[in-house]
Amino acid sequence: MYDFSIVTRWIDSLLRHTLNLGDFWSILIECILVGICILTAYALIAIVLIFMERKVCAYFQCRLGPMRVGPWGIFQVFADVLKMLIKEIFAVDKADKMLYYIAPFLVIIASVGTFSFLPWNKGAVVLDFNVGVFLLTAISSIGILGVFLAGWGSNNKYSVVSAMRGAVQMISYEMSLCLCLISAVVLTGTMQIGGIVEAQHGAWLIFQTPVTWLAFLVFLVAGNAEANRGPFDLAEAESELTAGYHTEYSGMGFGFYYLAEYLNLFVISGIAATVFLGGWMPLHVAGLDGFNAVMDFIPGIIWFFVKTFAIVWILMWIRWTFPRLRIDQILKLEWKYLMPLMLVILTLTTVWVALV
Amino acid sequence: MANLVMFCILAVVILGSAIMCVLTKRIMRSATFLLFVLFGVAGIYFLLDYTFLGAAQISVYAGGITIMYIFAIQLVSKRTLQGLVERFKGSRVVNGILLSIVGLVTVGLVLIKNNFYNAAMQATDTEVPMEQIGTALLGSDKYQYVLPFEFISLFLLACIIGGIMIARKEDNK
Repeated sequence: MYDFSIVTRWIDSLLRHTLNLGDFWSILIECILVGICILTAYALIAIVLIFMERKVCAYFQCRLGPMRVGPWGIFQVFADVLKMLIKEIFAVDKADKMLYYIAPFLVIIASVGTFSFLPWNKGAVVLDFNVGVFLLTAISSIGILGVFLAGWGSNNKYSVVSAMRGAVQMISYEMSLCLCLISAVVLTGTMQIGGIVEAQHGAWLIFQTPVTWLAFLVFLVAGNAEANRGPFDLAEAESELTAGYHTEYSGMGFGFYYLAEYLNLFVISGIAATVFLGGWMPLHVAGLDGFNAVMDFIPGIIWFFVKTFAIVWILMWIRWTFPRLRIDQILKLEWKYLMPLMLVILTLTTVWVALV
Repeated sequence: MANLVMFCILAVVILGSAIMCVLTKRIMRSATFLLFVLFGVAGIYFLLDYTFLGAAQISVYAGGITIMYIFAIQLVSKRTLQGLVERFKGSRVVNGILLSIVGLVTVGLVLIKNNFYNAAMQATDTEVPMEQIGTALLGSDKYQYVLPFEFISLFLLACIIGGIMIARKEDNK
């Protein structure tokens, strides 16, 4: 199994010993390097996801999707990004300008913050705290504020209604999302992302107990709602609210929301892949040593991307297949069905851990 | 040195946001500045390597309490909260200054009496493992906190039920 920490150790020793920089400067340079890598990966993955969404959506609706710019339309998103970057940004009259300008940054901070928790490969986990999963849910809750302030700062009734809906929905679904993560933490016995992946060395978490796959399904539903997508995209119901809380944003203000929406999809899928499907951990079956050795030849980053994009594909499939729910149906689904179900699953998991 | 730089940045953020929070006239802005104050405090916890406390600060205060404030603001009429102005009164200013001096003296005396400063200088920068925090929170031995924990959860449950009782519509039969 290839270990990425060889590379990071080499850079660290290069800065510390070969170039003889002090603690302060080497850590500062490393932080900047890691930051640049994260932001580049963030932008590139967003472009891939936007293109994927347009093609998937097109094929579900028996269309071809973007075909004009480049072969098979692959440069369409780059053209869109260029257009978005050079658009004029203007504020709404009589709106609270400060909140209007701050809100996209809160959303993007939450999105990048959760993005940097993903384990890419063995030894390539950017944020590996001892409170990992807990801090992850904490940071993701900042995004709700960004959504709400955007609606308020736009001085637009539709935006406020949409922001209210979005915030209520995100707060509600965060509940079962956290309960799913807690049930995973109960099984693995650690909150550290690296530790959770290591605990799945023998078998992925959904194969470890008879109830965890249910938690995985609930996580997918709740994650879809948390990312404001799929049948839960009430916040931007075009037919009722024009475009939702980001109606009044143009240029990169809108671009940030767009980026964050797709990256939240990726982050949710990545966390689902990490916590329930083992992240970069190859498929191991206890007892079949030859099979396990073959699986170990595939690098961890490929495992991670395959699992994550498989989940992204499932979520896109759901989004373009199911009709949109009403707000009371969404809240009823969460509070009356998903959350009690998750509490039962959590209890069963605890019993399983205590008895088996 | 890095710690000092980070502390200065956080201190400026906390103090600046706190002052802006009480000086601004728009209610939504002061909620946002309050959010920045809470983020700054969480940052100080991270600086001290209290990662659990920092995460709890972000998730409870920044994610929960501020959202609750914002929803409460939404429920109140827009005109009652907009452009509220408080005039300075001499007696109030004097009272405020006296109270803050009393607070400062108390905190200073406690710090000097118990030698917290020296103890903090000698403490090493280590993260407390999660297992230790978990057993301390939910253990029933000496210096473990299961009774306060359960009491607070009961108290919160009572608050939730009370809130529902106040908010629910009476059904007229």
